Amino acid sequence: MSEEKILKATTHISQNEGLIFEKSSPGKKGYRLAPLDVPEVDAAKELGDLQRENLGNMPEVSEIEIIRHFTRISTWNYAVDHGMYPLGSCTMKYNARVNESVARFEGLANAHPYQPERVSQGCLRIMKVLADALIEICGMDAITLQPAAGAHGELTGVLLMRAYLESKGNPRKRVLIPDSAHGTNPATAAMCGYTVENLKSNEQGMVDLAALEAQMNDEIAGLMITNPSTLGGFETQIGKIAEILHAKGGLLYMDGANMNALVGKTRPGDFGVDVMHLNLHKTFSTPHGGGGPGSGPVAVKKILEPFLPVPTVQELPEGTLRLDYDRKESIGRVRMFFGNFGMHVRALAYIMANGPDGLRQTTEDAVLNANYIRKKLESYYDLPYKMPSMHEVVFSDKQQAKNGIKTGDIAKRLIDYGFHPYTVSFPLIVHGALMIEPTESESKEELDIFIDAMQKIAKEADDEPELIRNAPYHTRISRLDEVAAARKPILRWKPKS
Amino acid sequence: MRYLPKSPADREVMLQEIGAKSVDDFFASIPAEFRLNRDLKVPRQMAESEIMEWFKARSNENTTGFHIFLGAGAYNHYRPVVIDSLISRGEFFTAYTPYQAEIAQGTLQSIFEFQSMICELTGMEVANASMYDGSTGAAEAVMMAVRLTGRSKALLARSVHPEYREVIRTYAKHQGMPLAEVNFADTGRIDLKALDARIDDHTACILIQSPNFFGTIEDVAAVADIAHKKGALVVVSIAEALSLGIVRPPVEADILSMETQSFGIPLGYGGPYAGVIATKEKFVRQIPGRLVGETKDKNGKRGFVLTLSTREQHIRREKATSNICTNQALIALMANIYMTIYGREGLKELAKQNLAKAAYARQQFAKKAKVLFDSAPRFNEFVVQTTDDPYVVGHRLTDKHIVGGFPLKKFYPELGNAAVWCCTEMNTREAIDAAVAEVK
Repeated sequence: MSEEKILKATTHISQNEGLIFEKSSPGKKGYRLAPLDVPEVDAAKELGDLQRENLGNMPEVSEIEIIRHFTRISTWNYAVDHGMYPLGSCTMKYNARVNESVARFEGLANAHPYQPERVSQGCLRIMKVLADALIEICGMDAITLQPAAGAHGELTGVLLMRAYLESKGNPRKRVLIPDSAHGTNPATAAMCGYTVENLKSNEQGMVDLAALEAQMNDEIAGLMITNPSTLGGFETQIGKIAEILHAKGGLLYMDGANMNALVGKTRPGDFGVDVMHLNLHKTFSTPHGGGGPGSGPVAVKKILEPFLPVPTVQELPEGTLRLDYDRKESIGRVRMFFGNFGMHVRALAYIMANGPDGLRQTTEDAVLNANYIRKKLESYYDLPYKMPSMHEVVFSDKQQAKNGIKTGDIAKRLIDYGFHPYTVSFPLIVHGALMIEPTESESKEELDIFIDAMQKIAKEADDEPELIRNAPYHTRISRLDEVAAARKPILRWKPKS
Repeated sequence: MRYLPKSPADREVMLQEIGAKSVDDFFASIPAEFRLNRDLKVPRQMAESEIMEWFKARSNENTTGFHIFLGAGAYNHYRPVVIDSLISRGEFFTAYTPYQAEIAQGTLQSIFEFQSMICELTGMEVANASMYDGSTGAAEAVMMAVRLTGRSKALLARSVHPEYREVIRTYAKHQGMPLAEVNFADTGRIDLKALDARIDDHTACILIQSPNFFGTIEDVAAVADIAHKKGALVVVSIAEALSLGIVRPPVEADILSMETQSFGIPLGYGGPYAGVIATKEKFVRQIPGRLVGETKDKNGKRGFVLTLSTREQHIRREKATSNICTNQALIALMANIYMTIYGREGLKELAKQNLAKAAYARQQFAKKAKVLFDSAPRFNEFVVQTTDDPYVVGHRLTDKHIVGGFPLKKFYPELGNAAVWCCTEMNTREAIDAAVAEVK
């Protein structure tokens, strides 16, 4: 099979590597402890029958084997450092190295969460400066940095809505969620004791104002909206949406997953949002780390501030910072300590590296990139919704499906072309969706190679669909048997008996 | 802006090819009244050198070089340099959730190894890919027990970390899950009689922590006897994972929720950390969060995939086992590397050093103050009751560049001037003696 047409990648030798347990043998060591400077103790005497005899099949390996093991398996991953990672709704942007460096300064990395406030002023200052910057970016009045991820932020946000409505005498029963929403939205509403009521999108993929008007009543706590929507379009009627909700005492929640389209250009607080979460790991460049850690601050309007989780960071008149635990109306804690502080450090370093001009340019480039891709691919792939695109564009596999090629197949073929796939089969309102978010981090050259790959795959779908159906060809492993994995799960290594 | 890979000419060419006049065309769908026509009021664009300098100054306002005797849910252990060297590989830290298994085998295999080691250490049969942290993990574990039993109430031992209990209260509030607490006995362990009296037909589970917030190791077998007789499950939370190097794992537990911070994860002013939930195989379909499983590709080659995702929110939406979406993959990788470095013998040796340090410190403190709950076994934490207010003691110690124990007054007023102290391999004899000298 000739693959000269692939521009971005070529195959190279990659090392084989088993599981770490398979390298273990008794007596190998990857550590040495300092000599004990206090008397030894008899563990049996200290612990009695609670003493542990042995640690089963925990590995025993040397340091060089550990380095090689993890280095080898790391090379099997695709990463932003390799190239474009166009996962829609995930904002896979460059993770700046200075963020990593500052997060490892001893006074930050080794700070204990319970050390006295007077020797924690540096940490508290970082949280305060970040909080102020995020409040300004969102156009909101107050914020909590405690939630550990986006979904955790959603949970916090909906609990805040509920607490506010309760304080007004009625928590209400249902939350409206558009059919285009992330799966976390309905799951969150359910965890907060709300029934989920589906809000249908109109033909343009936007909130249907008439439907909203009809569905909104005093049993509805609010609407969870993603803006720009998961289709990548700005809700042009957002002001009206907020009015309809507010007129009947409801609240507008915004999922900030797509904030990378808005920073420096418009502010959710200005267009009527009452409560929203941010994903520092998306918009503010903290690394995704193969699936976490995230960080999901929640910004609110004044009316919701009394209910924020404890503690909040407070500045005293003379300039010292303290943690305020005395908040009677607070929803309580959503996480121990103060959230993913290490991510706060990185997000602030990102904001400082950008400044107001850099943040705006970032947004503009992200949107420019998405529109460039849209323009270059719209004659190759079906574009089900024609509204203007912001930071991402959603195609469907309608044209390729005629030859039996689905979005998942195109995604796998894209791997052969040296790219990570786009988001597959989401949002659910687009059948066979290809959701592409390039972010601002891609040069014109990288975009052109991606576009070239997508165009060639579209041609392959017409000319040799079989080729796509069996992709990828150039990876270490071919498509994995997911059905077998779920039917008889093997979730841990065990020694061969 | 140095992170943006485009020249002004590139932007012009792209605009032309799209057929747009200016980039503002793309923002035309934002109603004019909502457009921001000014600069954001955030710090100005800074050079890398300035950013380094600013954070260095903040770092120096903290406790650089202090001796830390705090535990209470976050433990000061040595971090081998290999960990940061490996997790700094862009292939690990700039990758996304491994949905595309063919190009994510590094992350998937490392999670599979993490799950396997957690099972080995805890004596459980299955473990997930990680949770946000120990506190939210404990809340999810309790909710899991409610789903498994079809019962609504949960009991929490008062000796569980107070902030864990606060998180659980927040989570439980609107889920029709009444909570009640069970007090501790004179030993510092859960009061078994009180526990027996509190469990009824509606009790889904009892949550205990071991070693608990006072450092005391709970008698999990005795708790399980009482709970299981009445059809309730036992959920055990472990905040100090290193204890498993020398303390028998709580195999009588039905669900185990552990904070893995002790395994090579920086204190980092409280996060990011990584929790994990482990349980019996028969409960696997109710476990929240991600799971990685082994399978084969078309050519019979071993590979790993995310599996059993029908439990999760992106498929089940409002009927999911949890709304959790991310795990803490990079942090779990730190724990994985740490467990690999110390391994079968090292974790035991290290745990034994912690046991010795704490035993020595306890003896020294006992000469100057009262050590509470000393009749029950403990790992590396213990409670010291002083004549002076612990905040006053703490202030004195801070002046000497020592961070003393965590004052218990706020959560356990009945213990008076008590604080929970922690000694790990990082606390030298000299530092222990210096701390003891300030205590009265």
